[in-house]
Amino acid sequence: MAAYILKRLVAAIPVLFGLTIIVFLIMAMIPGDTATAILGSYATPENVEKLNRDLGLDKSLPQQYLIWLGNLLQGDLGRSYSLNRPVLDEVVERFSATMILAGTSLVLCSIFGLLAGVMSAVRQFGWTDKIVTFFVLIGISTPSFWLGLLLILAFAVKLRLFPASGMFAIYGGGDLPDLIHHLVLPALTLSVVATGVIARLTRTSMLEVLRQDYIRTARAKGLAERKVIAKHAFKAALVSVIPVIGIQAGFVMGGAVYIETVFQWPGIGSMLVTAISTRDLLLVQGGVLFVAAAYVLFNLAADIVQTMLDPRLR
Amino acid sequence: MTEAAVSPAPKARATARRPDSIRLLLNNSLATGGFFILVTMALVALAAPFLPLADPDVTAPANRLMPPFSPDHFLGTDALGRDILSRIVWGTRVSLAVGLSATVIAAFFGSLIGLVAGYAAGRVDSVLMRGIDMIMAFPYILLALAIVAVLGPGLLNALYAIAVVNIPFFARSIRGITLGLSRREFVDAARLSGKSNAQILFIEVLPNVLPVIIITMSTTIGWMILETAGLSFLGLGAQPPQADLGSMLGEGRKILFTAPHVSVVPGLMILVLVMSINLFGDGVRDVLDPRLKSGVLTRPVARTTVDRKDASSGLKPRADAILDVQDLRTEFHLGGTVYKAAGGVDLHLAQGECLGVVGESGSGKSVSAMSIMGLVPSPPGRIVGGAAFLGNEDLFSASDERIRQLRGADVSHVFQDPLSTLHPLFTIGDQLTEAILAHRQVSGSEAMKIAEDLLNLVRIPNPSERLKVYPHELSGGMRQRICIAMALANDARVMIADEPTTALDVTVQAQILSLMNTLRHERDAAILFITHDFGVVSAICDRVAVMYAGKVVETGATQEILNSPAHPYTAKLIDCVPVLGEPERRLDAIEGRPPMVNNLPQGCAFADRCPKAQADCRAAPIPVTEFAEGRSVRCLHPVKEGEHV
Ligand code: SF4
Repeated sequence: MAAYILKRLVAAIPVLFGLTIIVFLIMAMIPGDTATAILGSYATPENVEKLNRDLGLDKSLPQQYLIWLGNLLQGDLGRSYSLNRPVLDEVVERFSATMILAGTSLVLCSIFGLLAGVMSAVRQFGWTDKIVTFFVLIGISTPSFWLGLLLILAFAVKLRLFPASGMFAIYGGGDLPDLIHHLVLPALTLSVVATGVIARLTRTSMLEVLRQDYIRTARAKGLAERKVIAKHAFKAALVSVIPVIGIQAGFVMGGAVYIETVFQWPGIGSMLVTAISTRDLLLVQGGVLFVAAAYVLFNLAADIVQTMLDPRLR
Repeated sequence: MTEAAVSPAPKARATARRPDSIRLLLNNSLATGGFFILVTMALVALAAPFLPLADPDVTAPANRLMPPFSPDHFLGTDALGRDILSRIVWGTRVSLAVGLSATVIAAFFGSLIGLVAGYAAGRVDSVLMRGIDMIMAFPYILLALAIVAVLGPGLLNALYAIAVVNIPFFARSIRGITLGLSRREFVDAARLSGKSNAQILFIEVLPNVLPVIIITMSTTIGWMILETAGLSFLGLGAQPPQADLGSMLGEGRKILFTAPHVSVVPGLMILVLVMSINLFGDGVRDVLDPRLKSGVLTRPVARTTVDRKDASSGLKPRADAILDVQDLRTEFHLGGTVYKAAGGVDLHLAQGECLGVVGESGSGKSVSAMSIMGLVPSPPGRIVGGAAFLGNEDLFSASDERIRQLRGADVSHVFQDPLSTLHPLFTIGDQLTEAILAHRQVSGSEAMKIAEDLLNLVRIPNPSERLKVYPHELSGGMRQRICIAMALANDARVMIADEPTTALDVTVQAQILSLMNTLRHERDAAILFITHDFGVVSAICDRVAVMYAGKVVETGATQEILNSPAHPYTAKLIDCVPVLGEPERRLDAIEGRPPMVNNLPQGCAFADRCPKAQADCRAAPIPVTEFAEGRSVRCLHPVKEGEHV
């Protein structure tokens, strides 16, 4: 198993390099004068000249990439001109906030999605199934940013149960209970769509698994139905749901862009939106690169978990 | 995503199916509902310029933030005093147009890439797909953001961004289908007839791929509308004065606390729009996806439904039988058709006896055997009559918990394919101990010890090592030994074996048979042995019951039946047994096919294939006659000794 994990980690390295190429190319495709585009309204002639030198824009594209990559590997992602601080510092700070939000949502949507999917499959055509199916439909059709606004109206404005925005209370906050208090609404909102997708898929794979011969064997052995469902059927269904949870990690991190904006969560998503509006493209580049790399690692983790569950894949 | 979902039908069939598909779609009330909401919204949006609506862009500071249901402003006004109803209609128009265009662009380029990659295969395929994988390595929305960052905010740029990130979904599913199609005969035929690659691709392949394109479009369009609305919400899509539903929501957000309706209404509109699209899309997918049509996705419950009309009508168990099945009727209800898989089956088994139940596939032998412990998948199966006595206990009126206690303890099962009947994700040891622990109060380590003994019993060398492996690491014969060990785990009185050797090769088959035979003598267990093969019967069974079209047509001691079959069908079956050195005799199957059990004839079900059939055979149901001690036959003109049919 350790050897397998190592093999997968090594195999992920080219993918990560591929990401850097795409991110680099996207930025290289900016129409017009790159330096001015990157610096935007903050451009002063000295800054433009410095950036042109920094980026080596007089060199060929592959050379530019290698220089850029070299800097990247040394932790130099350039300097944000709108914030006037190194991109890396800003991105790392923001990234941890995003991971707290996205990670919590991912846990929530996995738990709720799996539970709802299993219950709905076990009670196929029953009321539980109908209710779950209905909520799944609502979940995958609701604009999450709108749902966030509704939750703020209901729970922050009307009921005053949770704060409407931010990550910590401005005065006297900063501890874990305070964080959780701020986390509840955004994390729930962010997990809704993914919960729907996971529930739907879990239901389908449970239904498929429950028809298998080995489920009949488990019943023929005289196992209690509870055990047949929770152990035999669920584990087999989980194997096909795990990769989808990995993919949902991408949707959750992407959806964080909306939710962070709605709840003013100080993460990468809200940073990106501001950076795009101010055309701070180095900041965009750094943010995109970090989240994309995290997504690759999430998928890798999903792969490894799947292999741990299914001995046939080893 | 939908790669495996659709197995494309050749063109002709697809067109013949079309009217049927529309009818099916309309039968689905949810999909129809979604469709009508969608059409209404689209029509209203299209007709916006002709409707008596206020100008969506005229500001009226005096009328700002009027609540919904105000006079003249049904949905109120926004921060600039613009009429929200009018803005919603015009905004829906923009959102629909953008979502639709993005879908068409993504579908066009994605399908093109998929078609070319799947058709060209080889290097072109791997280069294109590597590129697609690279795009998919990015979180979806993030890539769209990066594209907007480069192109600059704006509705058109948002549209392009969303289209680009959706291309992979199309490319992947279309490629999968195309890859399969381009190996099919009709493509080869077109190639031989000198058509160019482009002609083949667009005339032969494309029409067959179309359902998949439509499915993918219908499942992604809702998504694309949501995402473009999202970009507009963030201020990266539609720029004022242009407005779509997303940007209206974004503007309303700034005054969320004072005038919630300004943002609630556009969001609700997006929800309704996307939901109707998803409902309709699900309907389209269900119709175009044959897997769902065949009812594959219903799950069997823990025990076959028992629904006896003639509630156990005074049947009494035989005194000498350990298992006694009487007048068993099991039906399958599928789409309004009733299949009488078991139509009044009588079987009985004495202590330590092995009864072979023989018949072709579809004769009802497995269904009868699986009915005993309620293992017939239900739905669609149900037991509608008769009784099964284990000792004196009628199993069909026992509680679910009682059946669970009996399964694997008093009555155990061995199934046909040991690879699919063992759980692939649990070790042998886990599955064996589980069978023990389900019925005995022993500790885990004791159970492990018993499991090891069981493996010894079924002659598996090195048992303690074998307990740690997974089923796929063992050979077929080994796996079946494990299954037998599992069936012996709790000293069952009766073992029901459903074609236990059919999936194995001949030498292994013989070993398994002799093992089962030895074990049943050692343990004095009765076996109900289901098979289609008289060769197997002669090796292990004391008595035989021959089944045809859901009924037992002949019973008797194995040797007697082999020597002098009475039913013409039995005689034919025995003729089919391969003789060593003459393997081709097996091909000499019985002419004709058995009747479908949803449409059985009035008289003898075998009449159409029977060389001895006469007029009276077709007139009325054939009764069973007992013509010798322990021998009975369901035939009016049985085969005489020495006669050849
Ligand atoms: S009853 Fe008639 S048709 Fe049926 S098997 Fe006997 S002889 Fe043939």
